[in-house]
Amino acid sequence: MISIVPSLLNGAVITLQLLVSSMFFGLIIGLIFAILRINKNPIINKFSYGYSYFFRGTPLLVQLYLIYYGLANIEFLRNSFFWVIIKEPYWCAIIAFSLNTGAYTSEILRSAFQTIKKGYIEAAQSLGVTKKITFYRIQLPIAIKQSLPAYGNEIILMLKGTSLASVITIMDLMGEARKVNVLTFKPFEAFITAGIIYLFITFIIHNIIKYLEKKYGFQT
Amino acid sequence: MELLSFGDTGWGDELFFATLMTIAVSIAAMAMGFVFALIFTPLKLSKNKTLNVIGNCYTTIIRGVPELLVIYLLFFGGTGAAMYVASIFGYNGYIEINAFITGALAIGIISGAYSTEVFRGAILSIDKGQFEASKVLGIKKNIQFYKIILPQMLRLSIPNLSNVWQITLKDTSLISVTGLVEIMRQSYIAAGSTRDPLFFYSVAAVLYLMLTFLSMKLINKLEIKYSKGY
Repeated sequence: MISIVPSLLNGAVITLQLLVSSMFFGLIIGLIFAILRINKNPIINKFSYGYSYFFRGTPLLVQLYLIYYGLANIEFLRNSFFWVIIKEPYWCAIIAFSLNTGAYTSEILRSAFQTIKKGYIEAAQSLGVTKKITFYRIQLPIAIKQSLPAYGNEIILMLKGTSLASVITIMDLMGEARKVNVLTFKPFEAFITAGIIYLFITFIIHNIIKYLEKKYGFQT
Repeated sequence: MELLSFGDTGWGDELFFATLMTIAVSIAAMAMGFVFALIFTPLKLSKNKTLNVIGNCYTTIIRGVPELLVIYLLFFGGTGAAMYVASIFGYNGYIEINAFITGALAIGIISGAYSTEVFRGAILSIDKGQFEASKVLGIKKNIQFYKIILPQMLRLSIPNLSNVWQITLKDTSLISVTGLVEIMRQSYIAAGSTRDPLFFYSVAAVLYLMLTFLSMKLINKLEIKYSKGY
């Protein structure tokens, strides 16, 4: 039982790497699409809606397979510079996870933008604050603070999502657990130990978010 | 488009039946989830500390570990357990348990945890005065539950249950790793034998989008129907 822990912990490091990098890119994507979404131009608006609808309406596994197996099928991409990136399962996983979490993050941020009280923006306008400064100094900070609890949930959902990386040959925590199961024929030990590690990571993320909420939480 | 024709040359009929399989697994999982939720919601709301801890453990653990882990645990662990039980009775061969049942059970356990939270929230949002009023009127506890709490709970939880349904529907794609032929598995097979993964995974994505879109429409109708008079 103890002997399998080191290899699982090695896997957990990969899981955390996947999580951190996809959350980072996902946040940027989400922010961009949330801003596009509150744009008044119907085409930009619809485009952003379509993006989030597609990535929220299909399973993460489909997206992962589309990127890992599907993109490699396009001759043009195979001959281009992108091949360096998309031939690696690790990068494919990060692309898929980032796009997926980006869609959810854009929805979270959008609803945060839309629930900002109109009074704040009107007050800024009447004080002669420019639109740009209103956005960066008033709307954005409030939106980020308001979306903290929902974003915390999204991080935990993504942590669970990274386990799918194991089906495209990445040896993350789940992949290591599968290997242990195959080598030792002890499914309960392998998967329950991995489950405990996952729970432990969830617990830490949950507490960090709780702390941040307490410190920066926004009360309306 | 030829690839999608029905009959021996195309994958249309295979994908069609795979879609039906996805729907069947989702419904079975959702129903099992309801059973789990109806067991664990009272535990979570109970005043007894031990029962409370059991209820909380269920929802916390299941919502904290990856879905894939639950599926693997049931699939590999279930096979091991079944073979162990069989060996007691003198059968030592390999037993493979049904992928549909394990898959639906695994997803059911997961969706049950989400449904439990939804039901708990719905019961907590029912006005306290109703509990007191029924107590004053001398209505028995179980009648109070079936005639007063349950109908309101179901109505209040329709919007959130639609989210749970979407999650469940998408989670069923994970059962493909155990070999059950649903949309994901069928596209995997088709992609493998035609060497056109881009096309077949796009078809899978479209099928899932159709399912989520249609179920959304249906649930919205239900919501309007049951919120009449409120």
